[in-house]
Order: sequence, then structure tokens, then C-alpha cells
Amino acid sequence: MDTQWPLWEVFIRSKQGLDHKHVGSLHAADAQMAMENARDVYTRRREGVSIWVVESKHIHASNPDEQEAFFDPADDKAYRHPTFYEVPDSLTHI
Amino acid sequence: MVAHPDLQTQFDLRVAEDQRIEPKDWMPEPYRRTLVRQISQHAHSEIVGMLPEGNWITRAPSLRRKAVLLAKVQDEAGHGLYLYSAAETLGTSREQMIDDLHSGKAKYSSIFNYPTLSWADMGVIGWLVDGAAIMNQVPLCRTSYGPYARAMVRICKEESFHQRQGYEIMMTLAKGSEAQRAMAQDALNRWWWPVLMMFGPKDDESPNTALSMQWKIKRFTNDELRQKFVDATVPQAEYLGLNIPDPDLKWNETRGHYDFGPINWDEFWEVVKGNGPCNRQRLEARRKAHEEGAWVREAAAAYANKRKAKSEK
Ligand SMILES: [Fe+2]
Ligand SMILES: [Fe+2]
Repeated sequence: MDTQWPLWEVFIRSKQGLDHKHVGSLHAADAQMAMENARDVYTRRREGVSIWVVESKHIHASNPDEQEAFFDPADDKAYRHPTFYEVPDSLTHI
Repeated sequence: MVAHPDLQTQFDLRVAEDQRIEPKDWMPEPYRRTLVRQISQHAHSEIVGMLPEGNWITRAPSLRRKAVLLAKVQDEAGHGLYLYSAAETLGTSREQMIDDLHSGKAKYSSIFNYPTLSWADMGVIGWLVDGAAIMNQVPLCRTSYGPYARAMVRICKEESFHQRQGYEIMMTLAKGSEAQRAMAQDALNRWWWPVLMMFGPKDDESPNTALSMQWKIKRFTNDELRQKFVDATVPQAEYLGLNIPDPDLKWNETRGHYDFGPINWDEFWEVVKGNGPCNRQRLEARRKAHEEGAWVREAAAAYANKRKAKSEK
């Protein structure tokens, strides 16, 4: 069993004006090769206009086991939403 | 599994509510194991599946056919890579999967152990083998494991070109000379039954199905998918004016489906066990490609290290 090149995560901007979105991963010896492999694996039909590659080991992720506690500070702040506020039906543009 | 009652409940609830399970979520070990087996098997099938068609790239009858076949085979390589990448999110490594393929421990679709004897086989493979794969893969776009489902969405978008280019080859042959029609019919005769076997053993002989359905990894049973495939394919064969080699094939008014004859399961199990016409040849080709590519992998790694060292100076 030989050792593999490092793992890279691939992000693609599908068209100008949109965010880069995670599409998958691949193995490559370095960033340049990761970029070229990403082009060949993930954009054979012009699915992208821009690619980001990041070595997977550099990604820090939130812990799903603590998902509830981590995100619940937002739960009791309904006043962050426009629907929290009552305005007369007769008004427009508000 | 018993050790985490809360986690298990949460997992079951998620699956029941049709939510996706993501890589870092807790999951029962048998679920993880089943996925690693299924996804890596699926990846291996894409990779080994390049061999029978690769056999005809240099002999394609025109430049157009050659470019198309090459593009299709490249797509299959891509599918293998999407799927290996999905399997790796479950904690298995690429080396391990490749090793299991080369040692014969891991399986791949039995269909790729049949030889491609004529150009018409390229037509039948695109039409029927990719057609059967699509039947299998469309429901997998909603499979419960997120990375697998997303890989399948990507794959399904690309498969329909595969099936159409195959059918186009068949249409050309079917409208061609007597010899071309005979070649098309011969290919259909050889591939029809192995294609039906692609859906796997009958439901009552497929012990993993129930659990896979419960986990929503699978959405339809093997027999359900096989029936859907037969129903969809018969009119396509009729349009070509080709005969499906099954004397029992008949529309059943009450069932609203085609009835079809018995499958030779002994043949299926022989192929699965490694005794199909091309099993050894396929594995040898994979191993050889891997071994002969070792120096490229080593050179690329050495070059990357050298460049890194230089840039750090
Ligand atoms: Fe494929
Ligand atoms: Fe395909």
C-alpha cells in the first residue's frame, strides 16, 4: 500500500456573482496540481468560472454533537426578524 | 449501538424525517460500514467500467465516435473520483479502498467482467448498462448520506449523455446494412441477461436490502428496479427493431408490467466469485496501471516537496 498525496477540498464559483460552493475533494501533490485536477474532475462541462482548493487539514469545522448549544443563542432573539414588529396594514414600503 | 441511546434516537429520527446524515454526525457502525462498502464498490465499478469501453477507443469508426467515447470514459473516471471522495468522508482512506480492489476483497459491478467483442457493444453498453445504472442511481440522489447523495446528483446529470450516445450508436446500426443489424442484435443477445443481473440478487435472496431500505440508503429493492428497467427498455428495443432474447417476455395487462423469464443466478454468482469471462483480466489491468503509475506519483510528490522547500527558503 503506497501513501497518497494530501487531500484537498474543492470550492467552485459556478458563475460570476455567486458564492464559491463546496463540491467535493480530491488528492494532489500540491496546490497547482489540486487546481488542475479540480478543473478536470469538477468542471468538465464548464460548471465553474473560479476554483478554490484548500488542503483538508486546514479546515476547522463546528462540532455536530454540540450543534444545539452552539447555535441556540440565536433562538430567543425573534426581534432580529422583521416579522417581530407590527406596522399598520395601510402603510406600504415598510 | 447500544451505548448511545440518545444518539441512536436522534439518528433514527433524522432518517425518518428524510433529513440527511453528514460526515461528522453520529451514525451507527453498521450504517457506516454498509455505506463504505456500497460507495467504494460503486466507485470501483466506475473505474473498472472504463476498461471494456477503453478497449474500443482506438478502434472507434469515426473521429466523432472516438471523441464521444473518450469523453464518456473520462466521465466514468470522474464518477469514480466523486465516489471515492464521498467514501473518504466516512473515515476510510483512498489507499485502503484501492488496496481492497486490487486484492480482490472489494467487489465491483459484475457487468464489467464481460468482454466487448464488437463496436455494437459500445452501443449496447451506453444504452443498457448506463441505462440500468441510471435506474439505480436516480433514487440514490435522495439517499440518506449527504455526500453520497450529492455525488449521485452530479453523476446523474452526466449519465444521460452516456445513455443517449449509446442509443444513437444502436439507431445507426439498426438502420444500417444487414451486417450492421446483425451486429447490433448479437450485442443485445450477449448483454441483455448480464444487464438484468446488474440490479443484484432477487429480493428474497438479498439479506442487506431490508436494513438498507430502513436506513434509506436504498429507496427501491433490486426487483423493483429491475422491473422498472425492463418496462422502460422494451419500447426502446422495439423502436430499434431488435429482439430482446427472452421468449417469456410479455406485457402483463393485470400487473401493468412486462413479465420476463428466469435469470441464470448460477452465472451471476460465478461472476461475482471471480469466475466471469474477464474478472482476472480486469483486475490485472487495474493492478498494472497502478504499479506502472507509481513512479509518476512519487515524482510528483518529490517535485512538490522540492518546490515547497524552495519557497520556504
Ligand atoms: Fe458512471
Ligand atoms: Fe456512465
